Amino acid sequence: MSEQGPDATYFAYLAAKDWRIPKCRGCGAHVFQPRIMCPSCGGEAFDWVAPSGRGVVHSTTVVRRRPADGGDYNVALIDLAEGVRMMSRIEGVEPADVAIGMPVTARLADQDGDTIVVFDPAEGGR
Amino acid sequence: MTWDLRGRTAIVGAATAHLGTAPGYSHMEIAAAAARAALADAGLTVKDVDGLFAVSMHSVFPALTYAEYLGIQPRFSEATIVGGSSAVIQMLHAALALENGQCDVALIVYGSNQRSASGKLHSPSGAENLPYEKPYRLRSPIAGYAMSAARHVHDYGTTREQLAEVAVAARLWAAMNPEAFMRDPLTAADVLGSRMVCDPLTVRDCCLVTDGGGAVVMTRADRARDLKKDPVYLLGCAGGHTHRQYSMMPTLTTTAAVQSGRAAFAMAGLTPADVDVVQVYDAFTINAVMLLEDLGFCPKGEGGAFVGDGRLRPGGALPFNTYGGGLSCTHPGMLGIFTTIEAVRQLRGECGERQVAGATVGLAHGNGGMFAHESTALLGTAATL
Ligand SMILES: [Zn+2]
Repeated sequence: MSEQGPDATYFAYLAAKDWRIPKCRGCGAHVFQPRIMCPSCGGEAFDWVAPSGRGVVHSTTVVRRRPADGGDYNVALIDLAEGVRMMSRIEGVEPADVAIGMPVTARLADQDGDTIVVFDPAEGGR
Repeated sequence: MTWDLRGRTAIVGAATAHLGTAPGYSHMEIAAAAARAALADAGLTVKDVDGLFAVSMHSVFPALTYAEYLGIQPRFSEATIVGGSSAVIQMLHAALALENGQCDVALIVYGSNQRSASGKLHSPSGAENLPYEKPYRLRSPIAGYAMSAARHVHDYGTTREQLAEVAVAARLWAAMNPEAFMRDPLTAADVLGSRMVCDPLTVRDCCLVTDGGGAVVMTRADRARDLKKDPVYLLGCAGGHTHRQYSMMPTLTTTAAVQSGRAAFAMAGLTPADVDVVQVYDAFTINAVMLLEDLGFCPKGEGGAFVGDGRLRPGGALPFNTYGGGLSCTHPGMLGIFTTIEAVRQLRGECGERQVAGATVGLAHGNGGMFAHESTALLGTAATL
């Protein structure tokens, strides 16, 4: 996966059911969302590494929706153990029970034919 | 280097048009009606305009669209699109262009028929592909503001009752404004008990969806003194931005208003204690809490208690959104121009029942995207020069 930009690389990995994010070879920072230059050091060389999947809910909301339209759902920002933040949602728990500070674990899910990253409450979480 | 812009330019005309519902009118007609009224307010006509500063939810070429519609060929045009913050930061751009001789009469104009056209908050950014956020169906913009509110509640103990007080105060001001869309009494219990949209924000924590247009006209100070109304001088103006996508906001409870406020106050040589009337973009009740903190009216984290004690109400210590704001007066998609218009009207003493006696310094603050772009302007009467 070389002759394409980091966005296409990210989604190509995901499509292959392989979640990876760029890690800067210059300073070691994980970079998300992927960039052609490291926001920390300006480096342009990256290794694509598999995140640990561990994260913590940084903030959360319940998007309220009529049951006829599919019901309420969660949107959250997750701080990954790698030091970056991403938008996702927490599944396997009522949307209103998702809380700031909740430990969560990533999982790949299929949505309308695309592979996306979602999170579940961590096993044995606080 | 910078050169001193303080008091070098002034707002000489300001007007709204078609606030509320305007079925049967296009966004161009609404914007043009506001432009014509603002120019008439200044004793000028469309033919005098040689600098155009336009923004729209409905056009990707707003300067071209509005110039063509108005029948003008400006020497200087710009269409900075930073959401609802645009019209406020465009005052800085207009001041720079006026001072540099790139134009002599600057028109800042905005219009929208979003309520009548679709009934929903209209957004040109709907066309932009945001692949890292799109799969999660972020309800934009409210879900972003809701997550900032949730984090503010978590970090600082801010309460839903304190947020509700922002909406209650706005409604009390709106009751005194004939232009306001919602003027019926509103209680904190009403706000807390209304339909939850994105926790912790109910529909009454949210701005309205209305039609409407607004425009302001600016000239250099020397010419301003010869026009119809008392000039309202631009004492300071600055902006800043921290992100585009909500998930890239560095700190969910702190905005670029820290930067825009500090720079605008420095340019004006003023502090928050000098401000008589405050007009801040209240897209949601949490905006008042966070932006008053960031602008320096209270320390970070204390915004809930600050707004919760009734000081924003008529007769309170901090006259705030004295027209009823986006929560109760009008919200045709982008509110920046309306914060400015109300500040001008207060400094001219034109506000009737809701007039803040003796106001000489006003603050107008725009907010764009999801706490993404912030812009702050300090305006003053001749007494402040
Ligand atoms: Zn680096």
